[in-house]
Amino acid sequence: MNFEWIVKVITNYWPMFLRGAGMTLFISLLGTIFGFIIGLISGVIRSMPMPESGIKKAILKFVNIILSIYVEVFRGTPMIVQAMVIYYGSAQVLNINMNRLAAALLIVSINTGAYMAEIVRGGIVSIDKGQFEAAYAVGMNHIQTMTNVVLPQVIRNILPATGNEFVINIKDTSVLNVISVTELYFQTKTVAGNNFRFFEPFFVACVLYFIMTFTVTRILRFVERKLDGPENFTMIYNPMQI
Amino acid sequence: MERVLEIVHLKKSFGTHEVLKDINFNVNKGEVVCIIGPSGSGKSTLLRCINLLEKPSGGKILYKGKNILEENHDIYAYRTKLGMVFQQFNLFNNHNVLSNCTVGQIKVLKRSKKEAEEVAMKYLRVVGMEQYINAKPKQLSGGQKQRVAIARALSMEPDVMLFDEPTSALDPELVDEVLRVMKKLAQTGLTMLIVTHEMEFAKEVADRIVFMDKGIIEEEGSPEEIFNNPKKERTRDFLRRTLK
Ligand SMILES: Nc1ncnc2c1ncn2[C@@H]1O[C@H](COP(=O)(O)OP(=O)(O)OP(=O)(O)O)[C@@H](O)[C@H]1O
Ligand SMILES: [Mg+2]
Repeated sequence: MNFEWIVKVITNYWPMFLRGAGMTLFISLLGTIFGFIIGLISGVIRSMPMPESGIKKAILKFVNIILSIYVEVFRGTPMIVQAMVIYYGSAQVLNINMNRLAAALLIVSINTGAYMAEIVRGGIVSIDKGQFEAAYAVGMNHIQTMTNVVLPQVIRNILPATGNEFVINIKDTSVLNVISVTELYFQTKTVAGNNFRFFEPFFVACVLYFIMTFTVTRILRFVERKLDGPENFTMIYNPMQI
Repeated sequence: MERVLEIVHLKKSFGTHEVLKDINFNVNKGEVVCIIGPSGSGKSTLLRCINLLEKPSGGKILYKGKNILEENHDIYAYRTKLGMVFQQFNLFNNHNVLSNCTVGQIKVLKRSKKEAEEVAMKYLRVVGMEQYINAKPKQLSGGQKQRVAIARALSMEPDVMLFDEPTSALDPELVDEVLRVMKKLAQTGLTMLIVTHEMEFAKEVADRIVFMDKGIIEEEGSPEEIFNNPKKERTRDFLRRTLK
């Protein structure tokens, strides 16, 4: 271990490392958010009660099959391979030259979406049937039931799993270096190549990855506690004024 | 007398198991009807069919003369006319007491938040839970939860209240506070259809008792008739077993 080299790497290349870390955070944050939204939508669709009528039923069945295929395919293949197929596939097969960053966001989002779809579905299934029935009983339809009663509870329950996805994304965006997205791993590789030193730059990257994941985990814990609200409630002794 | 609900030849099967076989009865405006009967006789299924949580297999349900089982009937609007109180309370876990009573009004009846809160407070006072508006369901006792659930249903200002064994999940010492609220409501002229195992309560508040057994209505009449002069052997048996 050469301490001087580490200092040198940091002082000479800190802007590159920071930009790389920023890019990593940006892609994984947006990817997690989009993936979360994809997961919610697909979870709501997949938990819809089957309609009686023929056409609506057929449509819903078809959409459900598409969603299952999506989930299985994207969970069942490595993201590094998906990145290659989507980025080079769109160029060679569809003649679309994708912006690398856009491709990166797309890949991380749909990949996260596939995992979140299952997490959300599990979250919806685990909500007590009585919650749905009470919502139907006051006249809510499926969408109102979901948005006002079920999903708020699901989101609270799956927050830890979502945070987990975020942390995984921070680490796994490193595979996007195969399509030359300038995230932290790519930048580190560049620094290492320029200096023919590998240990020190990657050690710095390692520390940066850990700082990011650790901070994100702490922030999410805090959010969870905030969402739970206070342990006790206050009685209103003069409710006439409300 | 104004008919609010008319149940005509109602049937319900789960697979091959016929749980309701040809049910016929009415609920009139301002009436308190109690449904009694042994476990498994189909009382809950009947209530759940009435507000369409279960889809009946046959028959008609007339609400103010219109059959709500017809294709084009707006079941969401219909459900707002029925207030449902469940055995397991089923308060919305993500809402506090006040918003349990306002969310349906705001989202379904499209009332303003202010109006919804005024209505909710009115009924929370009726059930004696107005001091707890900030509490979350998990912070309440069973009896308190059930009283909030009653206020939630009342806040929609329905034409009929349906109660499915509202005190069966409660510790014995909490049963009274809920029954007291229900007696109070019965006196205000609210139309109520109550499934209950509380015979004393039924005797006291009901205008009419419906005795169900094995998916049919065995006997129906005033509390006087059912409790003092039951005509059917099955009714006598049931009462002998439960009242001893
Ligand atoms: N979803 C369902 N699927 C299949 N069978 C059901 C379903 N719901 C109810 N049943 C059956 O229907 C019958 C009547 O049930 P129900 O709950 O209506 O009885 P109940 O009179 O309310 O009894 P209790 O007094 O115990 O509440 C029972 O035999 C029950 O097993
Ligand atoms: Mg029952």
